[in-house]
Amino acid sequence: MTLIDLANPTKFLSLTARVLPWLAGATAILLLVGLYQAAMAPDDYQQGATVKIMFVHVPNAWLAMFVWGVMSLSALGTLVWRHPLADVAAKAAAPIGAAFTFLALVTGSLWGRPMWGTYWEWDARLTSVLILFLMYLGLMALWRAVDDPSRAARAAAVLTLVGAINLPIIKFSVDWWNTLHQPAAVLRMGGTSLDKAFLIPLLVMAVGFSLLFVTLHLAAMRNEILRRRVRSLQMMQASQQAA
Amino acid sequence: MTGLAALIRRDIRIALRVGGGALIGVLFFLTVTVLMPFAIGPDLPLLTRLGPAILWLGALLASLLTLDRLFTADHEDGSLDLIVMGRTPLELACAAKALAHWLAAGVPLIVATPVLGLLLNLDASATSAVALTLLVGTPALTFTGMIGAALAVTLHRGGLLLAVLVLPLSIPVLIFGVAASQAAITGPLSFGTPFSILCALSLVSLVVGPFAAAASLRHGLD
Repeated sequence: MTLIDLANPTKFLSLTARVLPWLAGATAILLLVGLYQAAMAPDDYQQGATVKIMFVHVPNAWLAMFVWGVMSLSALGTLVWRHPLADVAAKAAAPIGAAFTFLALVTGSLWGRPMWGTYWEWDARLTSVLILFLMYLGLMALWRAVDDPSRAARAAAVLTLVGAINLPIIKFSVDWWNTLHQPAAVLRMGGTSLDKAFLIPLLVMAVGFSLLFVTLHLAAMRNEILRRRVRSLQMMQASQQAA
Repeated sequence: MTGLAALIRRDIRIALRVGGGALIGVLFFLTVTVLMPFAIGPDLPLLTRLGPAILWLGALLASLLTLDRLFTADHEDGSLDLIVMGRTPLELACAAKALAHWLAAGVPLIVATPVLGLLLNLDASATSAVALTLLVGTPALTFTGMIGAALAVTLHRGGLLLAVLVLPLSIPVLIFGVAASQAAITGPLSFGTPFSILCALSLVSLVVGPFAAAASLRHGLD
């Protein structure tokens, strides 16, 4: 089974139909375990119980960037290899990525209120994530503005690749500028600075959220393929009636 | 080389001619800037403080307004297809078109800045700081905006979609343009740092913009 075999939508549909229940089950178990561990995690000596927002905020923020990365790979698939499922993948990922970005912004703002004393601060990390959110919305607007899917796919692919420039800016914004947002603690030079009591629940939650994305993404791709089939059947019927 | 020079000369000539629309941008810039004191109130010290931001915002919106014309007219009369099929690499042709657009629509904005600075109670050094940052920053606006213009022309949708696509990309330019102007006027931060980042943004967009625009034209036109 290689990537090219999946180019046949029927094969893709039958494979994902078998995989999806398992993925959904694994997601549910991991998220439940992660939430339990997060609830049992000790309070921070400085932040108190609010530190538990981290277990939701950080995976959302990681996925906000990861989804754009997935979309950039799909965009390459659309432009370079013309893989027929690449534009389906890109289109299905955009609303999910926008939702993760929105959740990252909301949880971050709820965490910021008790910690920084403000819901919003025009700091480099927050601003760049807000730009990411706006670009997700722009991309979705672009998909909706054109009725021919293959045309919209190529335009969206170009815009996705241009927007990928934002990803390293988000990642390194906390190192380049002296910001209110704390610098990277998990993925950084010289190993993690997070205590095990926080790190393990965080990683479980991160894997759980990633599986959640994969599940939602595959389901959305199935819906998109079926939607396109319905559309082409309707077009065929309309042309038969006209003839 | 002569083909590119001819393309630049042609585009500038069309833009400056009656119906070209390059000077509408300046008029819009003037109108937006004049509107601001009505909204804020004729408080001169406040206008001095907000002046660089107002000028940058006006220039950003004015350049967005004229971007639509970068490819639309050529698409309508078919010369865009000739450019795409021509022997000149499409990336270079896009860069030449953007350069011509900047010369015709961007430079007048910079020339108008001193006059508008006078209206906003900016002194000579502040006005020249804003003009300098605009000189360095507006190419970035044109070259990133070209990506949006190319996408919009292949989709036959101009206007609002173009603005939605282009504005998020222009936020960094706006941030560092205003930061550099403010640093030059009030201090205490150094002028050099945001100004160098602004230069870097322009240079990056100079490279990325033509390639992305050419890619979307090549894949999108039929």
